[in-house]
Amino acid sequence: MNILTLVRQVPDAEARVKINAQQVDLDGATLVIDGMDEYGVEEALRLRESGANVEQIIALAIGPKRNEDALRTALAMGVDRAIHVETDEKFDAVTLSRVVAQVAQAENAGLILVGGQEADWDSQALGAASAERLGWPQLTWTNELKLDGETLTGRHDVDDGNESFRATLPAVVTTQQGLNEPRYPTLPNIMKAKKKELRKDDPATYGLTSKVRTVGAEIQTRARLNRMIDGKDAQAAAQQLLDLLRNEAKVIA
Amino acid sequence: MILIVAEHTAGKLAKATLEMVTAARESGREGPITLLVLGQNVAAVATESAAVADQVLVADLPGLATYNAEVWAAATTQIAQEGEAHTVIIGGSRSGREYAPRVAVKLDAAYLEDATKLSSNGAALQAQRYTYLARVTETVEADGLVVVTVKPGSFAPAAPAAAAGEQYDVELSLPAPRVEVTGKSVEKSSRVALTEADVIVTGGRGVGSPENFSRYVEALADNLGAGVGATRAVVDAGWRPYAEQVGQTGKTVQPKAYIALGVSGAVQHLSGMGKSKNIIAINKDAEAPIFKVADYGIVGDINEIVPALIEASRK
Repeated sequence: MNILTLVRQVPDAEARVKINAQQVDLDGATLVIDGMDEYGVEEALRLRESGANVEQIIALAIGPKRNEDALRTALAMGVDRAIHVETDEKFDAVTLSRVVAQVAQAENAGLILVGGQEADWDSQALGAASAERLGWPQLTWTNELKLDGETLTGRHDVDDGNESFRATLPAVVTTQQGLNEPRYPTLPNIMKAKKKELRKDDPATYGLTSKVRTVGAEIQTRARLNRMIDGKDAQAAAQQLLDLLRNEAKVIA
Repeated sequence: MILIVAEHTAGKLAKATLEMVTAARESGREGPITLLVLGQNVAAVATESAAVADQVLVADLPGLATYNAEVWAAATTQIAQEGEAHTVIIGGSRSGREYAPRVAVKLDAAYLEDATKLSSNGAALQAQRYTYLARVTETVEADGLVVVTVKPGSFAPAAPAAAAGEQYDVELSLPAPRVEVTGKSVEKSSRVALTEADVIVTGGRGVGSPENFSRYVEALADNLGAGVGATRAVVDAGWRPYAEQVGQTGKTVQPKAYIALGVSGAVQHLSGMGKSKNIIAINKDAEAPIFKVADYGIVGDINEIVPALIEASRK
């Protein structure tokens, strides 16, 4: 069985995001492999290390040329090879799931791992949409996973708490914090990763047309009052804050 | 028609459903507003739904007793197709955002996820949504058949319509669920739910210990009738349950007042609470990033300020 692990390259959480001509402009921003996807890469490696029958682990990225960096990170962590569908066009998650489904079939994947919510789109759709296109079940927000033969067991978060589950491969699993602690690529592995296959696919072969258009973007920072209260005298500070909340902000009775 | 899948728990319609009705009314899309109630023993929910919708479709079936992504997607798709819906609105809860993409794929529809605002621009439905860890607000649009999820707390709950809508029972052919739930742990809280609370008191690592969390965060929340939130660090440390986590990987909240005690203000946390109407921060570190987004800030010791706040808020 092959595992397909999806990676996106996103701005570092601390990076300043800017807008240019109604579009997010990532020029000059520090870009990293999406942390949520990194849990997926790590989990694929751990499933294999735990003795599951995993033939190959393949990382897939769809996006501009610079996504090679995210794929190299995944290769250095230990995935076997990478596929890059290189495009500068912006596609939504449901559209991109077409690529995921086609690659999963062509590569004979039995399990797809992807982050629960990507830090650029703030979207949770890629895993679910890919599962639907393949006709597979999905497990989202997974924070514990075991693979025994064809049987997946684990635990994941749901609306009102968490559930333990059992499902049979093939399946899509979306990953999140708590699942594992992703490893740092070591220098020898970074060197080895340079020799691993990073295949380039032409986006045209996947027939993508986005149904969603982005017509504007703005940095929305709410103007905050930034009223500072001196905390040296605790009683006075507490009273002052309560007065402000009652009379100025009118948020408490 | 505009098809809305009602969210409900324990036999009651969720506030999120009323918010979706407002979203539908504001969307500028035409046709009757139809609520679809999926579940078992949902007569009371259907009656509540009828008060705000033009019509209510009720699927009261044993196969819908518990939520399952594939089952919910199949049911919603079938009704959307039979009713020739042009707009399908689903809640932006964890489950809603789990099955809505499947509905979009099944219907070959555009998917606008986690909308905070809806409007029509000619034939196109426009939605605002947050991106880049809620640092950016993007406007996206799509024509034709659209599936939308609505971010909880973004729309005012709908008032009842002039006349109650008619209720109709519907037949569904449901797939067998392929994911077996082998155990469930429900995180119960006697306090107001985070996504519905007007005031939230959240504690970070700066609170010091699990004992202090109870002594300060919970006590202040109880005095103010507020919900209790926690940062990821606090949840990771095992001080508080995951259900209380606010942020990128936890809940997104937008209360009238968000009181952050000992919270440093990492971007991931801000992405979950940055849209709160008023942010109040108390932290001994004057350089904490939380102060940059605060309306009111106190640089001071939690151990001194919070007991004073609790005492003063009792009066």
